[in-house]
Amino acid sequence: MKELVIVSGKGGTGKTSISAALAFLSPQKVLIDCDVDAANLHLVSGAIIRETHEFKAGFEPNVDENKCTSCGQCTDLCRFGAITAGVITTPFNCEGCGVCAFNCPEHAISMLEKQAGHWFLADTHLGQLIYAELGLSVENSGKLVSKVRQEGKKIAKAKKFPLMITDGPPGIGCPAIAALSGASLALAVVEPSLSSIHDLKRLVDLVAHFKIPLAVCINKSTLHRENTREIIAWCHSKAIPIMGQLPYSDAFRIAVQSGKTVLEMEDAAVIEEMTKLWHNLAKRLEVSITESNIGFFRRKLHIFQ
Amino acid sequence: MLISIASGKGGTGKTTLALLLASIHSDITLIDCDVEEPNCHLFLKPEWQDQGQEVAVMIPQINIELCNGCETCSTVCLFNAIAISGGAALLFNELCHSCGGCILACQQGAITEDKKLIGTITTGTSPIFPAIQFLSGSLDIGTPSAVPLIKAIKEKVSHLAGDILLDCPPGTSCSMVTAIKDSDFCILVTEPTPFGKHDLELAMNITHLLNIPTGVVINKSDENIGDESIESLCHIRQIPVLAKIPHSFSFAKEYAAGFIPDEFQAVAATIWSQLNAKGSEGI
Ligand code: SF4
Ligand code: SF4
Ligand code: SF4
Ligand code: SF4
Repeated sequence: MKELVIVSGKGGTGKTSISAALAFLSPQKVLIDCDVDAANLHLVSGAIIRETHEFKAGFEPNVDENKCTSCGQCTDLCRFGAITAGVITTPFNCEGCGVCAFNCPEHAISMLEKQAGHWFLADTHLGQLIYAELGLSVENSGKLVSKVRQEGKKIAKAKKFPLMITDGPPGIGCPAIAALSGASLALAVVEPSLSSIHDLKRLVDLVAHFKIPLAVCINKSTLHRENTREIIAWCHSKAIPIMGQLPYSDAFRIAVQSGKTVLEMEDAAVIEEMTKLWHNLAKRLEVSITESNIGFFRRKLHIFQ
Repeated sequence: MLISIASGKGGTGKTTLALLLASIHSDITLIDCDVEEPNCHLFLKPEWQDQGQEVAVMIPQINIELCNGCETCSTVCLFNAIAISGGAALLFNELCHSCGGCILACQQGAITEDKKLIGTITTGTSPIFPAIQFLSGSLDIGTPSAVPLIKAIKEKVSHLAGDILLDCPPGTSCSMVTAIKDSDFCILVTEPTPFGKHDLELAMNITHLLNIPTGVVINKSDENIGDESIESLCHIRQIPVLAKIPHSFSFAKEYAAGFIPDEFQAVAATIWSQLNAKGSEGI
């Protein structure tokens, strides 16, 4: 099974729209959304949740008031300033390290497993989708990403699907690392803007650090021709293949607003370039290119009309 | 006033707004807290004061000579950062949260602490906007947590008076919370799409939990269905819409080239007047 992870240094480059469009074109795949901070793929794919699972990770301290003598030991030892004499004063600061619990002379603190979020299995018109929602301001986004990946792989295996398409998280921190490690191919979506180029360079370093093959897709390539040329030249110099160049188009925004993929909009240039992108990726990943069932049936229907 | 600029979704225009607001202010500190992907400097093109200040966290150093493989440290480490291998403790430093638990637990005195660099803070002023005092954090590649670096950069400005703008990391997780914590006001930037709305709601939950007065700026506004749904969300949550920045191709183009266009200075001015009004009310 191949794992294609769509990433971009920064959000808002069109990752989700491109993931959805690729899923639309790919015949047999599982979709996963690893942006557990702010999952979006379910919003454009008509997701119907079939299963909801709790996700527990990490710990939080629970103080037994009856045992606590307010000696202040925990206050001194907590490096995150979260506890004052047996009272969790700033829960947002608590990292759940357990130092207070292990060192309380009265054994007044127990560490309880923390509810860290949920993950969902959903049916969508693009195929099965796994996505997740991280609890508010909890850590462990990396672990939740790993969980989502693991569940996606299970489905792919059970159904013998050759491909898993991942809508990756932004940034280069723990969720991005968790989504990328061991992937077959990372597809970096970049816009021809100075900031996006800067982010791409950092992403390239990260991907190299974890030794993952990388390819680039330029989105909104017509926004700034010189910068587009610069990206192409830069990628060329680094031997990074460019899989596609999508033109700037309002179709992306309208598609999102109407809960559809950009391929269902009537923008011939976008459809053509997106299809090219998918062909290049499929070839690279060695998975079958054939149109998705939906596309196939649509065409049949058109013949009848 | 400490004003943080955040959004649930990335790419909505946090940096754009931060730069717009900073560029028309007469004396301001701008901090790029999006340390995973700092971008403000690309527009300000600052002259850096020096090499920058390296930020380090403390991580355990295990002295194998003294370690007897008793496993106490690996038991107390709730982040699974220590494993026992070949009869001695072994640290996986990417997992370590620098809590110091293992040091307290080891009876053999086999664990000490040492610095591990995680990123850099640089300071500078921009020749284009001399009124902006600029600080930027940059996380070292391969470092999983940005939190200690964000804390360090906020620490550096904690003594400053006057207006401070924070360009925060996207999302709603620990880095974003660390960045917006303690601010006097938080501006959430969104765009009028279902993605923008969904993620805005998550971000609103965070500012609500942290008790930070909040306002919304709709970027790439098209005066259409999208705007309405954001406005009705803001209405329900009783959060004011401070301004709308229209969708503009020419703006996107100039921005792509690394310029801060003059186009929306009037919008930025109305945001400042609302912020200042809130500031004088004591928020
Ligand atoms: S160390 Fe234990 S007994 Fe002492 S203040 Fe903390 S919780 Fe209470
Ligand atoms: S679990 Fe760790 S961070 Fe939380 S209060 Fe205890 S010592 Fe502090
Ligand atoms: S607690 Fe100390 S002696 Fe025991 S395994 Fe850990 S480092 Fe070694
Ligand atoms: S400092 Fe804390 S997180 Fe790091 S290895 Fe020791 S116990 Fe684990």
